[in-house]
Amino acid sequence: MSEQYPALVVIGPLLCALLVSVAGWLRPRLCLPFALLGLGISAAASTGLLAQVLTSGPVTYRLGGWAPPWGIVYQVDNLNAVVAALVSWVALFNLAASYRAVMTDYPEKIGPFYTLYVLAVTGMLGMVVTGDAFNLYVLLEITSLTGYALIGLGGGRAPLASLNYLFLGTIGASFYLLGVGYLYIVTGSLNMADLAKLLTPLYGSLALLAAFAITLVGLWMKMAFFPLHAWLPNAYGFAPSPAASLLAPLMTKVMVYVMIRVMISVFTVEFILQEVALSQFVVWLAVAAMVAGALLALGQRDLKRMLAYIVVAEVGYMVGGAWLGNKLAMTGAILHIINDAVMTFCVFLAAGCIYQKTRGTAFEDLQGLFKKMPWTMTALAAGALAMIGVPPFCGFFSKWYLIRGGLEAGHWGFVIALLFSSLVNVVLFFRIFEIAFFEPMSHGHGGHEGHGEHGGAVALAEAPLSMLLPLMAAALGLVALGLATGPLVEKIILPIIPAGLG
Amino acid sequence: MHSITPLLAVLVSLAAVPFIILCRKRPNARESVTFIAAGIKLLLVASLLPLVMAGKEVGITLAPVLPGAPLALKVDAFGLLFALVSSSLWIVTSAYSIGYMRGLDEHSQTRYFCFFAVALSATIGVAFSANLFTMYLFYEMLSLATYPLVTHHQDPEARSSGRKYLFYIMGTSIALALPAMIIAYQQAGTLAFSPTGFLAGKVSPVMAGVLLFMFIFGFAKAGIIPVHSWLPAAMVAPTPVSALLHAVAVVKVGVFSILRIITGVFGVDLLRGLDLGLAVAWVAAFTIIVASLIALSQDGLKRRLAFSTIGQLSYIVLGLALLSPKGMTGGTLHIAMHAFGKITLFMCAGAIFVATGKKNISEMTGIGKRMPWTMAAFLVGSLSVIGLPPTGGFISKWYLALGCLQAGSVALLVVLLVSSLLNAAYFLPIVYRAYFKPPTEAAWAEGRDEGPAAAWVPPLITAACSLVLFFYPQPFLRLAQMAVASLFGG
Repeated sequence: MSEQYPALVVIGPLLCALLVSVAGWLRPRLCLPFALLGLGISAAASTGLLAQVLTSGPVTYRLGGWAPPWGIVYQVDNLNAVVAALVSWVALFNLAASYRAVMTDYPEKIGPFYTLYVLAVTGMLGMVVTGDAFNLYVLLEITSLTGYALIGLGGGRAPLASLNYLFLGTIGASFYLLGVGYLYIVTGSLNMADLAKLLTPLYGSLALLAAFAITLVGLWMKMAFFPLHAWLPNAYGFAPSPAASLLAPLMTKVMVYVMIRVMISVFTVEFILQEVALSQFVVWLAVAAMVAGALLALGQRDLKRMLAYIVVAEVGYMVGGAWLGNKLAMTGAILHIINDAVMTFCVFLAAGCIYQKTRGTAFEDLQGLFKKMPWTMTALAAGALAMIGVPPFCGFFSKWYLIRGGLEAGHWGFVIALLFSSLVNVVLFFRIFEIAFFEPMSHGHGGHEGHGEHGGAVALAEAPLSMLLPLMAAALGLVALGLATGPLVEKIILPIIPAGLG
Repeated sequence: MHSITPLLAVLVSLAAVPFIILCRKRPNARESVTFIAAGIKLLLVASLLPLVMAGKEVGITLAPVLPGAPLALKVDAFGLLFALVSSSLWIVTSAYSIGYMRGLDEHSQTRYFCFFAVALSATIGVAFSANLFTMYLFYEMLSLATYPLVTHHQDPEARSSGRKYLFYIMGTSIALALPAMIIAYQQAGTLAFSPTGFLAGKVSPVMAGVLLFMFIFGFAKAGIIPVHSWLPAAMVAPTPVSALLHAVAVVKVGVFSILRIITGVFGVDLLRGLDLGLAVAWVAAFTIIVASLIALSQDGLKRRLAFSTIGQLSYIVLGLALLSPKGMTGGTLHIAMHAFGKITLFMCAGAIFVATGKKNISEMTGIGKRMPWTMAAFLVGSLSVIGLPPTGGFISKWYLALGCLQAGSVALLVVLLVSSLLNAAYFLPIVYRAYFKPPTEAAWAEGRDEGPAAAWVPPLITAACSLVLFFYPQPFLRLAQMAVASLFGG
């Protein structure tokens, strides 16, 4: 059984997607249980896989028994084992929370919604575990297409946002494919490990540089790396909340993972640092992403859109960390993939809970929320503190490594931009908390309500338990992840940092 | 020595929060929870006293989050002194809170007591932190826990004060203290406080200077000019908050952080070698004089007290920065002595507000007839803050003055004396006006009415403590001496 984990991670949800789709026609009520089953299988399998990789080293799985480099292999080491576990668990929690939102907003589209949802997660998990560059493209398209459809389900401008995303996303994926095509032309192989071997003698060739650059641009487009981020705010801002809290935390992180994978497993860090020699340029782009994301977020008057711009800034953290060119920064970037996924999930799910009760996330809809939804707001506060970087919430620790990496590289611009973005996050989130805490403004000396915790003008109206429990789990996860930083870095991340990094 | 007691002492008030929420419908039960937690906290802290007095260091490592900087607690004489002050005054303040909050029929009292408890956890956490990372964690926890207390009234004034509070406290800690901490870690590979300073021999002189001032202004809770102006703004909070947090816990956490920076991060020798102690001492001296001058012109009683606090906090910083044994003892001791004096003054201000609704000094003419006991407590508190016998404040000032001489700086001694005169000039007229001028309010001439006992008895208790501390300044003096002795190798 345990040797089949890599396959189960992907096949489980893929088959269940089929069941969900059939159930959508016959028994819509069975869609959610089947979807839960599918993602439950991948969550269990990916956890088992992580344990296996940690105890006995990297796992190579040949799909259908075909030998590489011709057959497709799943190549799992610490890095993708932990990302796969992360993706499957976050997707599972979000799925559990989605029940009420889907029932209220899309009662007639339950089947399509859950089918698309499970397929999107299948694609992401596939991208994470695969060791084949072309297979990765196929899975990327599965995730993208289902993602466009999920976003398009939303009301208002969502279809337009989705169309915009489709155009840019398709260009991005095509770039990636083109890059892989170049690699295939020069090597005749698509297997990552094989490519890595065949590419070494070719370092210095212009075709290789072109292939790398094109691949990179394609990936940046998919991860919304500034200035290729234009599709993201609308797509995640207008998406239905259960889709937003799936895609916003996971899609960008998976793409950052793919970038790091391409950097360290297809190419080598020596190649990237010495041959490509773009590190300075890319880190400055990352600085621009952090600053621009922060400033654009300041201009928003809607919680979800504000969060979407924060995602743009966070992508800057990770890309910058990966390109600073030292162990500490790379550790920070990988740690931030994990931390940022959970904290983005937490805040987007909180926004979903708020939307569920107020039917809007514009700033004026947030008045009195501390009274009305104390639990949701507590979780949002936890997410905010993680994003600001307050210990013991996990965001602090990835920032810690990223700043140390920046200092070690002597890149003050990156360090200052990171601190600046943290400070802007204070402003962003406390602006929300001010509205939720002070407004509607009572006049005079604190609006006397006696000893009344229950005499207030705003009545308690908390989100349904099915949403609150996953939300609370995510909020607690932020602290748990933070406290687990030590073992996480030492046992999981450090062993896979390439030795070539200084 | 490994022990779970410090952890329990930190957590007990945090653990009280769910119970406070559960009892929200029954105020008496709810406040009992606070009292029980406060009592247990004081007992736990006090139980560490014999161990620390015997020269043992008690500690526990909770999570190895960062190599060389785990989440860890350690109790030494410095930390125990601060923890004793905070946890004993929490009990008094809790009684006072009941009088004040119920006397004014304040809203959202459950929230108030919850965040008060969280703030106390964070305070003890700072006192018992074994390294800079842990201290930073609790420092930020305190910043966040006090925000809802400062903005308790939820009106426009509270909102703008809250903004100022966050801007100064969180802004400086993220922009200055955090990068300074990471740079220090980068240099030394550890953040654990050590009696000789973990940065000793690890940094260049220029970097030492830059880091030191990043820390001193980064921990803005210490209220050193120019990062002081959050404190007067925070006076918008209910008075018990001003009393315990803005005279004792929050501001002393700021000074205590600077204490750790001077003693545990840099170490006496490093600072002395680079003459940085003197630089810090003059920054503090500037704050002392300027804050006292501003206090003279304040008519709002709480605002005057706030500026007085800013000045007094810098006494502590000055004493530590002298780097002489007597001066450091005086500075450390002043943490305790000033706490008892200033909390008395704040509680008196609140008692006056509860009984008469007056906030401004100019409206308090003749109030001694109406509230003789309250004003008596106020007098004792003032004497202690000025540093006159027979109050505890005299002892710490005495050590501070000796410390200036020991460090060979007559100029700083003059600063201390001038400042004491200024302190007298802004406090004693209030007492004079209260007792010796005829009341302006007709009702006040009719006789004594001090409002709810829970509001005016607590300041009397703390005033009595101030008097007792003059004759018997233990265990604080002993702890301060032990703590300082440990820095000078013996």
